[in-house]
Amino acid sequence: MAGTLDHAVHGGHRRRVPWGEISRYAAMIVLALITLAPIFVMFATSLKTPVEIQSRIPRWIFMPTLSNYEAIVTQYRFVPYLISSAVIGLGSTAITLLTAGMAAFALARMRFPGRGLIAHTTLVIRMIPPAVLAVTVIGFWIAWGIGDLVPGWLYTLPQGLGRGKLLDGSQLGLMLFYTALNLPFSIWLLFGFIRQIPVELEEAAIVDGANLLQVLFRVIFPLMGAGFAVSAIFTFRIAWNEFILALMLTNRFTKTLPVFAQEFMRDEGVLWGQLMAVGTLIVIPPMLLTFFAAKQIIQGVSAGAVKG
Amino acid sequence: MRTNRFVPYLFLLPAVAILALGLLVPLYNAVMLSFYDWSFGQAWSARRFLGFDNFVRLVTDPGVWASVRTTFVFGFWVVTLEMLIGVGLALLLEKAVRGASFIRTVFVMPLMIAPVVVGLIWRYMLDARSGVVNYYLGQIGEAIPWLADPTLAMVSIVVSDVWQWTPFVFMIVLAGLQGLPGDVIEASYIDGANWWRMIWHIKLPMMRNILLIALLMRVIDVFRALEVIFIMTGGGPGRSTRVLSLHLFQTAYTSLDLGYAATIALLLSVILIVFSVVLLVLSNPLKEKADF
Repeated sequence: MAGTLDHAVHGGHRRRVPWGEISRYAAMIVLALITLAPIFVMFATSLKTPVEIQSRIPRWIFMPTLSNYEAIVTQYRFVPYLISSAVIGLGSTAITLLTAGMAAFALARMRFPGRGLIAHTTLVIRMIPPAVLAVTVIGFWIAWGIGDLVPGWLYTLPQGLGRGKLLDGSQLGLMLFYTALNLPFSIWLLFGFIRQIPVELEEAAIVDGANLLQVLFRVIFPLMGAGFAVSAIFTFRIAWNEFILALMLTNRFTKTLPVFAQEFMRDEGVLWGQLMAVGTLIVIPPMLLTFFAAKQIIQGVSAGAVKG
Repeated sequence: MRTNRFVPYLFLLPAVAILALGLLVPLYNAVMLSFYDWSFGQAWSARRFLGFDNFVRLVTDPGVWASVRTTFVFGFWVVTLEMLIGVGLALLLEKAVRGASFIRTVFVMPLMIAPVVVGLIWRYMLDARSGVVNYYLGQIGEAIPWLADPTLAMVSIVVSDVWQWTPFVFMIVLAGLQGLPGDVIEASYIDGANWWRMIWHIKLPMMRNILLIALLMRVIDVFRALEVIFIMTGGGPGRSTRVLSLHLFQTAYTSLDLGYAATIALLLSVILIVFSVVLLVLSNPLKEKADF
């Protein structure tokens, strides 16, 4: 019925061509192409042979080869560096969520002297860049052997895939810095989320005999999934992508993937095929996050300080 | 909530300890090191006390002021282009984007990509001999030396930054537009405001604060950014793309001059802390939620 009624009302008019709509969608498609083209170029190049890469005429149709990927895994130490990157990325994220969650809980729910001072200091130092940390720390790091204080566990991968280290001083150090860089944003993001939880829930739990830690872990944290998701995405993004601090602090067993990638740019020439293969692999986890959590990322971006 | 008076500090302790070790100790190092001459690889005991010499050197160093100037040139173009394009697109596409989550997903991508990767992609595409950009510009005979000419190198790093960060401005402005009170917009439509007047006299003035925040965050990022430039040009040719943060990094990493690098780090930190305070005045994330 609704359909016929609609037809009866509008049937007399001829539909106008919605040029405004069409041009808007055309503009969006062009923008999407401009945004995606460079990423696609990287991906396509990673599947080409050196001859095709050096060719002056870019080829869009070619026989894809995985030889660049094979090379970085078998001839270079891609796998141990992937493990190092993953440990540092996931470790920083876990520590950030836990410590930021606890701090946000205290700031949101408790009164105490120094509360404003701590909150504001956090916000004032949040823009300190990794480069400042790197150049002011590296001297002591080497002169005092700070990186060697924790030896970590050296391991050898089967089939000659290389050697790496787990949890040595350089990885723990990077986790410390990446956590510190992300804490201010995470604390005030989670602070906002905790403020939205009705305080009656906590009071009920306390009446039932729960202590504050139980309140935090059993009542608050389970309700903070959305906040944790945003915070985790941004922390992982910085820990996974960061270059300068990683370049300064890591050793030959613990490099992260951005440091590894940059080593294919040599004075005698750039190994574009291998470089693009590593680049493509670096980009995959953030791309997956984008597909599954674009909404949370936009939420985080518009919430304010997405820095690192 | 009534608790023992030490309890809040216990909850804050892990975060405060990490912030102190990870951010405050490096800042303290910067202050202390700036009074010394100390090189990368030397023992700490080999340092030499200089008093304020590093600061005198900072103020009179043409290299620093050249890099500050480069930062301003880079920042001016980057921020202007990103604000104009980002705000323009958000206004034009506001309605269309609302339904299309696809385009938002696509726009998020450049923000998530590692700066090192952004740098290498653009360096490859702008390669004078085999880069796609020169090919499609039809300059195969006479290749444009994008990264080898001082002016073109600046253009190149501006282009890569605009590619990566315009979506950031776009998303912030879009969020602002969607947060505008619908009744005001409707009322002004009924009053006969046309599209242009609507934007110029109603939407943009109402979003003044959000636009300022987006602008300031881009300015802050200009001072922080160096990885993409490091990969694309390494600061060259000559000094033409050596922004302040890259100058800082190279003073430590290439010249191995840690005492002086710390002095530059201090200058950069002061600039960024001042910006942070201004940002805090514009939008205090704690203000509307609690009584700080």
